[in-house]
Amino acid sequence: MSGMLKKMSKNTKNSLITYGIVIAAYVIMQVLISAGSISSLLEGLMVPLCYYIILAVSLNLVVGILGELSLGHAGFMCIGAFSSAFFSKCMRDVITVDIVRFLLALLIGIVVAAIFGILIGIPVLRLKGDYLAIVTLAFGEIIKNLVNVLYIGKDSNGFHFSTKDAMALNMEPDGMVIVNGPQGITGTPKDATFLIGFILILITLFIVLNLINSRDGRAIMSIRDNRIAAESIGINITKYKLMAFTISAALAGAAGVLYAHNLSTLTATTNNFGYNQSIMILVFVVLGGIGNIRGSIIAAVILTLLPELLRGLDDYRMLIYAVVLIVMMLFNWAPKAIEWRERHLRFGKRKKEAVQ
Amino acid sequence: MSFISYLINGLSLGSVYAIIALGYTMVYGIAKMLNFAHGDVIMVGAYTAFIAMTQAGVSPVVSVAMAVCVCTALGIVIERIAYKPLRNASSSLAVLITAIGVSYLLQNIALLVFGENAKTFQSVIKWKGISLADGKLNISGETIVTIIVCLVIMTVLMLFVQKTKPGQAMRAVSEDKGAAQLMGINVNGTIALTFAIGSALAAVAGVMYCSAYPTLSAYTGSMPGIKAFVAAVFGGIGSIPGAFIGGLLLGVIEIFSKAYISSLMADAIVFAVLIIVLLVKPTGLLGKKIQEKV
Repeated sequence: MSGMLKKMSKNTKNSLITYGIVIAAYVIMQVLISAGSISSLLEGLMVPLCYYIILAVSLNLVVGILGELSLGHAGFMCIGAFSSAFFSKCMRDVITVDIVRFLLALLIGIVVAAIFGILIGIPVLRLKGDYLAIVTLAFGEIIKNLVNVLYIGKDSNGFHFSTKDAMALNMEPDGMVIVNGPQGITGTPKDATFLIGFILILITLFIVLNLINSRDGRAIMSIRDNRIAAESIGINITKYKLMAFTISAALAGAAGVLYAHNLSTLTATTNNFGYNQSIMILVFVVLGGIGNIRGSIIAAVILTLLPELLRGLDDYRMLIYAVVLIVMMLFNWAPKAIEWRERHLRFGKRKKEAVQ
Repeated sequence: MSFISYLINGLSLGSVYAIIALGYTMVYGIAKMLNFAHGDVIMVGAYTAFIAMTQAGVSPVVSVAMAVCVCTALGIVIERIAYKPLRNASSSLAVLITAIGVSYLLQNIALLVFGENAKTFQSVIKWKGISLADGKLNISGETIVTIIVCLVIMTVLMLFVQKTKPGQAMRAVSEDKGAAQLMGINVNGTIALTFAIGSALAAVAGVMYCSAYPTLSAYTGSMPGIKAFVAAVFGGIGSIPGAFIGGLLLGVIEIFSKAYISSLMADAIVFAVLIIVLLVKPTGLLGKKIQEKV
């Protein structure tokens, strides 16, 4: 056994530790839940934790591995959520086996988000730095805005679309409004469970970690470290950038599917699919360590639980959250703080560099 | 006639965006950071003026002056505590996230102090405005004053940056921090001055914005903040005339799409125009081309 461990590369070992932590955390939580020693509030946070982890890991693929700042990650989550919830609501009475319907919805959410990832990625990835960031933000806001003016109904004649209101759909009396503008989609089956979320995290990790440790992943990282050098040794910049961006979008779509099937009402607001959410996910990535997948998971867990753990402080909890965020950033990144830490503490050696 | 009235309203909203965008663009030009807390400084400015007028009962002009003072101090304090330690951090994302933290902090302090209910802001401008073409074209006092204030600020700022010593220092620091320091320029002081000016402008913008759209809550600043950020990028971030033009264009586009296309899609249209402009001119309308060295 120890011989096997020695033979493994450092990367494989690192990946295995990450999987181990996630599995152990899942088992512990399941034991605690079945023992009833967890409040129902915390139990209700399990699925959100899963999708936040997936979002953080997938955004880290763009920010940490590809080295581009994206502020529109929640937009892809929105696409995954709405396309899958649309499917689930239409098929609610047709496919009665929950898990089959959910898997199909998941597939649809992922594929649609990936298609949008390609469509948005092609123009966006031509830009650089802060300009790229603002355009991803703009796309995210456009997606959220368009979902809010979209009306789709279904009757015996098929689907009807409108961007005005539900009356403009001109449906037969047997018609049913599926997407109702700002009211969104109501009556999505609640198919998402902690187990499904956990499996999705493992799949996400499998995809991202394998990509990072593959030839393609090294090509992507070479673009991050020096685009011109990467291009001059024959790496197809557009292809690899688009690859990372699309995979990230597809995984965000999966998180969106989980989100949509955890709530019975799905609406698009600034807080769930707007730039606030995108920034929230970015906070997970940066606080966990740019390019560090395990760090993203830990940061997502802590920062999702923190406001709940501070609930006793009521009005002050978001204030404390903000202060903690600022202090942690200063402690982690300020050159003077790093110097002090290296002198006085054993841990906290220098980090990998990503977005410059 | 309605076209002209929309155009003037657009220019007025655009002037507010331009004033905010000037703050964004100056800070970006010198500190190379996206100051996400800028929008919330607007909110602080508006609240200060609101409190000064309703609680202390001072005149509108004094209340605006107080808002400017409070925001200037706030800008300097934020820069000193939250941004300066991260100036030489290994990733530029660090200071971006800290700015987001400051934004949350300001919003939540405002929520605690002023409560969740939105306040109604009384306009600081008592003038009713003018009526042209036999009452067919009414232009409110706020609209006219906003446009004039923006033009004055823009002119003064251009003169300041081009003609004065501190302005030259600012340009030098934004060009090359190290070289500027070697020339005897106080880099820290110059950066603090930039934040002070940007925040003072945010206070003015906050008062003007709330005079035209009188609901004031802890989140008042975030949407105009984001729009102004878009305006700054639109005009080429780091460029002062760019922020001015970007702001005005953005305001006009927003009002026109609200009037002629759909009020719900106005934001989407604004962002779509931004995307198209950046795809055609990747560094904005007046942005500098970045030369890449091998």
